[in-house]
Amino acid sequence: MSNHVDQVLNPERDRALLGRVMRRQVRLSLGVASVFLGIVLLLPVFNLYYPELASQKIGGFTLTWLILGVLFYPITWGLSAIFIRKSNALEDAIERDEKSGVAH
Amino acid sequence: MIPLLFVILVTVATVLLGIIATKRAQSASDFFVAGRQVSVFMNASAISGEYLSAASFMGVAGLVMRFGYDAMWYPVGYAAGYLFLLLFIAGPLRRFGAYTIPDFAEGRFDSPLFRKIAVSFVMFIGFFYTMPQMKAAGVTMGSIMQWPYWVGIVVVGAVITFNVALGGMKGITFVQAFQYWVKAFAIAVPVFVIMSVYGSYTSTLSKTAANASGFPVLVTDGTYKINGKAKAPTNVVAFQAVEADVTFRSSTVIGKVSPSRKPEAGEDALVLDAIIKAGAIASGTTIHLVPVVVTRDGVPVEKDGKTVLTGVKLEFDEPAELALAKGLPVPNAQKNSKWLAPFGTLTSKHGYPLLYTYSLIIALICGTAGLPHILVRFYTNPDGRSAKKTTFWVMVLIGVFYFFTPIWGAVGREFIPGLYVPNKTDYVVINLPGQVPGIWGDVLKGVTSAGAFAAFMSTFSGLLVSMSGAWAHDIYGRILQPESSPTQRISAFKVAAIVIGVISMVLGLFIETFDIAMLVGWAFAIAAASYFPLLLLGAWWRGLTATGAASGMLVGGLSSLTAIIFFMLSDRKVVTIADPLVKSLCEQPAIWTVPLSLLVMYVVSLVTRASIPKDVDEKMLRLHAPEGLGYSKDYISSDH
Repeated sequence: MSNHVDQVLNPERDRALLGRVMRRQVRLSLGVASVFLGIVLLLPVFNLYYPELASQKIGGFTLTWLILGVLFYPITWGLSAIFIRKSNALEDAIERDEKSGVAH
Repeated sequence: MIPLLFVILVTVATVLLGIIATKRAQSASDFFVAGRQVSVFMNASAISGEYLSAASFMGVAGLVMRFGYDAMWYPVGYAAGYLFLLLFIAGPLRRFGAYTIPDFAEGRFDSPLFRKIAVSFVMFIGFFYTMPQMKAAGVTMGSIMQWPYWVGIVVVGAVITFNVALGGMKGITFVQAFQYWVKAFAIAVPVFVIMSVYGSYTSTLSKTAANASGFPVLVTDGTYKINGKAKAPTNVVAFQAVEADVTFRSSTVIGKVSPSRKPEAGEDALVLDAIIKAGAIASGTTIHLVPVVVTRDGVPVEKDGKTVLTGVKLEFDEPAELALAKGLPVPNAQKNSKWLAPFGTLTSKHGYPLLYTYSLIIALICGTAGLPHILVRFYTNPDGRSAKKTTFWVMVLIGVFYFFTPIWGAVGREFIPGLYVPNKTDYVVINLPGQVPGIWGDVLKGVTSAGAFAAFMSTFSGLLVSMSGAWAHDIYGRILQPESSPTQRISAFKVAAIVIGVISMVLGLFIETFDIAMLVGWAFAIAAASYFPLLLLGAWWRGLTATGAASGMLVGGLSSLTAIIFFMLSDRKVVTIADPLVKSLCEQPAIWTVPLSLLVMYVVSLVTRASIPKDVDEKMLRLHAPEGLGYSKDYISSDH
């Protein structure tokens, strides 16, 4: 691998790099996770407090059945596709920034 | 006869493909990196094939039939777990190069002791996960061959164990992929035929919704075999509040007669003696059921302007046979409106529906990341990017599969409600196709039986390989006989496969009365409170120490296990849990055990922070730095 970062141990540099990398990664992961958890954790509350709305008929399904039994899967596909695109872009950006020494 | 042929076909195909794949795998490196030569799509099929167990294939449909909306949290949680795996765990672990949890435990903390603790959890979780696979084997063979439950378990368990012990499960990405497509075909295709005969998904649901206060009704006259006390809680027949005649076709003993509807505080105890009394019943006895008016201080209770009525609930001490007539609102089923709406009898049974729902969601989502046989499959990806792509396709493949499972439950509820009477809704995927008239019924039943076989074969084989491997490699090879030769370790693997296979079969005999999907839920709850916190904090918090991680894992995993065993014992009426809140927290413990485990890890790590590995930043960079920066390296211990 020709593009190795200098691997001589340098604790301070490593730690600073780690901080920068993890901050960017965690922001992305938590961002996507919060959208997803928002849906999953709010649905039971929605069912409990708005039972009439939840049982609205939509094309033979009740609204809440449609969400949980049908739409839920495409939603997870969408979120995972978005995450993968952003995460690949993020890794490229980190590599670019670190190699060009912008952050040093 | 036809279903048996299908089952034999899929079994023979699996064994043959396994043999071919094993012969092709020439070297150890073929064995470990087989995935590097296969496409993302093939790899995703293989992961999905291993993941979709009997719980997904039979259990989810059965649970939806029994509990309705609430049960759909199971497939949703199984699928959602992969999103969490993708967001927090798959990337770092792929970069770290550790693909079993024991490898990660040792590599991240430089602690061989921790490796041993991690290995013992492979066993715990593995056994919890194999039990429902065994039940599925018993159920399927019982249904297609009329074998007793235990015969199916012994025959199927022995065939798979033999196959694994011979080494037939080595490097079998292709076999697992094949089995995904068998399962997907078997869950999807028969449903279209059934819907064309009986009515579509949405029209069935609309019909259920339109008759909100009704119940599914028996479609034929029939005689139903009910279990005795030995198989509690499936010895219960709770009749609806209707007028009907019931004839006993065998002599039996009724242990307890009570109202089907749970009495609310302040209501009078009802006298049901006029209908039936507990005690011995002679064969041929006919009883006349009538609705019983619920009273409070002698005054009928009214709700929504209607008098509240209940039927009788019989708990049998001895097995019984009941003749029930066509048109009877089926016993043991929920009212249509309750079945269709959230917070039915599954989540509301202890009176804390939100708590139950959230706890179930946490167990399923966090547990997926901690299943011993799942993470290892990500190793077959050449790099992080293809690992992510593979995860995406896994989510698509299992999502499509899970979309079909509730249809079976919904359609089965209308057209074979007879399964409610003996508490056998787990049979719906196997039995429903048989309702299609003519030879097609048999053919479709053959298809779903083959799918069920693919499900428990792939998952049981995968688990048996992980567990025997953990035994031979980590326990025998590192702890008991560190000096052993590779040949000795292979023998240890074979012996372990047989011993673990036999233990799994024996455990399977005890769990006939539990729902398949629920048992799997418990395996998830234990994994969620032990492995998930370890992986999450291990990958994202540099301050985690080996002592902290190990104590959190032990506390979380063991409290889940204890809570669940306690609940199983109370289900068997061995112990009594008086407080419904405690009972709910025992049945679904993830909501307190996962945070507890995280908290213990955090606190103990702070106390022992002197023991944070010196090179922790380097390890963390291996987990997080993009591969192009050159910090990642494959961590595979030398003697793999």
